[in-house]
Amino acid sequence: MLAKRVIPCLDVRDGRVVKGVHFVNLRDAGDPVELAVRYDQAGADELVFLDISASHEARATRLDWVRAVAQHLTIPFTVGGGISDVEAIRELLLAGADKVSLNTAAVQDPSLVRRAAERFGSQCIVVAIDARRLAAEPGAAPGAVPRWEVFTHGGRRPAGWDALEWARRVEALGAGEILLTSMDADGTQAGYDLELTRAVAQAVRIPVIASGGAGNLDHLRAVLQEGEADAALAASIFHDGRHTVAEAKAHLAAAGLPVRLP
Amino acid sequence: MIGVVDYGMSNLGSVLRGLARAGAQAELVDRPGRGEDLERRYAALVLPGDGAFGEAMARLAEQGWVEALRAWVAADRPLLGICLGLQLLFDASEERFGREEPRGLGILPGRVVRFAPGLKVPQMGWNQVEPARLHPLWEGIPPGEFFYFVHSYYVRPDRAEDALARTEYGERFTSAAGRGRLAAVQFHPEKSGAAGLRLLANFVRWVETG
Repeated sequence: MLAKRVIPCLDVRDGRVVKGVHFVNLRDAGDPVELAVRYDQAGADELVFLDISASHEARATRLDWVRAVAQHLTIPFTVGGGISDVEAIRELLLAGADKVSLNTAAVQDPSLVRRAAERFGSQCIVVAIDARRLAAEPGAAPGAVPRWEVFTHGGRRPAGWDALEWARRVEALGAGEILLTSMDADGTQAGYDLELTRAVAQAVRIPVIASGGAGNLDHLRAVLQEGEADAALAASIFHDGRHTVAEAKAHLAAAGLPVRLP
Repeated sequence: MIGVVDYGMSNLGSVLRGLARAGAQAELVDRPGRGEDLERRYAALVLPGDGAFGEAMARLAEQGWVEALRAWVAADRPLLGICLGLQLLFDASEERFGREEPRGLGILPGRVVRFAPGLKVPQMGWNQVEPARLHPLWEGIPPGEFFYFVHSYYVRPDRAEDALARTEYGERFTSAAGRGRLAAVQFHPEKSGAAGLRLLANFVRWVETG
């Protein structure tokens, strides 16, 4: 049976992992390679690196650490952040990334998704969708179906599009996977937006990775079961040493979810 | 030396690194040259691949690989297919863009078909592999071990004995196939952690010991 995936996410800036990462009994380190290898050994199913570098020189630095990570990792990894053209995708795949994640550039020019999928195959094109719940219309019936809007530029700019429509569109354009972040839940550690995740998971036939809001292990279980996500992405609950990937897998297995135990 | 067939269709770095970790010397080979050169230089070939079936076949043909690979297998030389490299061994694929169904290498009889509607496609992630028979590839790998898959199509061999392993995704499909010294897997051993490295090491040892 296909396992539900647990995916730690690492934020990288100028070649270093930002936001401290603490492994039990191991020193804090900002080296992407060192941390990636530890998560690989800890039983992570995949890794996502989000590069939040702003400078123009960052492109070369990024290729350097992507190459180094690829050299040492035995599981797949995705790189996202500021990727805006087919050439940048090609460079990252050649450097050893298994998948790239497109966000703002895909909203600005949806044909990028199609061109990238045609050239490199859907299997390596992830579209990241940042969605925020819209306030209910005045006078809407209680229990009315909620709606979510797509945001870009790290959640700062509304795209004016409905998240479910955008999800269906990127699937039609050839995306192989959706990385769905709830802007409302992100950073709260109060749990994923289960309604949003389920709505997107049911709207498309490609895998959905849920992101934003994980604060405890049962949040992971809930988004994979009730949210119907194929994978759960989390950052702080692993980085701050509160839980190991193995504990997360054990919790999911106990709830009857298929997982690959480390 | 193991030759990794380079026809411009996949992330070959991870395959090379996986083989190196498994203790093998490996290099990319983009054109077969004369058959005897290939046989002199390489103890085994690896046929990797991601992407579209039709385009992969076109590129293999352009680089002279179609006849070379058929002759290689006909001589019972070791070959490991990975992902699309498994599918290409069969007669034809449903993965078509025009009217014509793309023809494969025709080394193993059977077809490549799409997962049933209703399933999430691509199948992406870790799934369990159940060996269908004893084979050197599975040595030290327990039944039900997880490997990393990314694919939308799967192979349906005509002959049950060509199936080396099966996996459950909507239905039980053939996740590894082969015959003689040809073995091919639908998953990515080079992306499958310790289990994948074990499989690559098994292949390397099989090549060395015959």
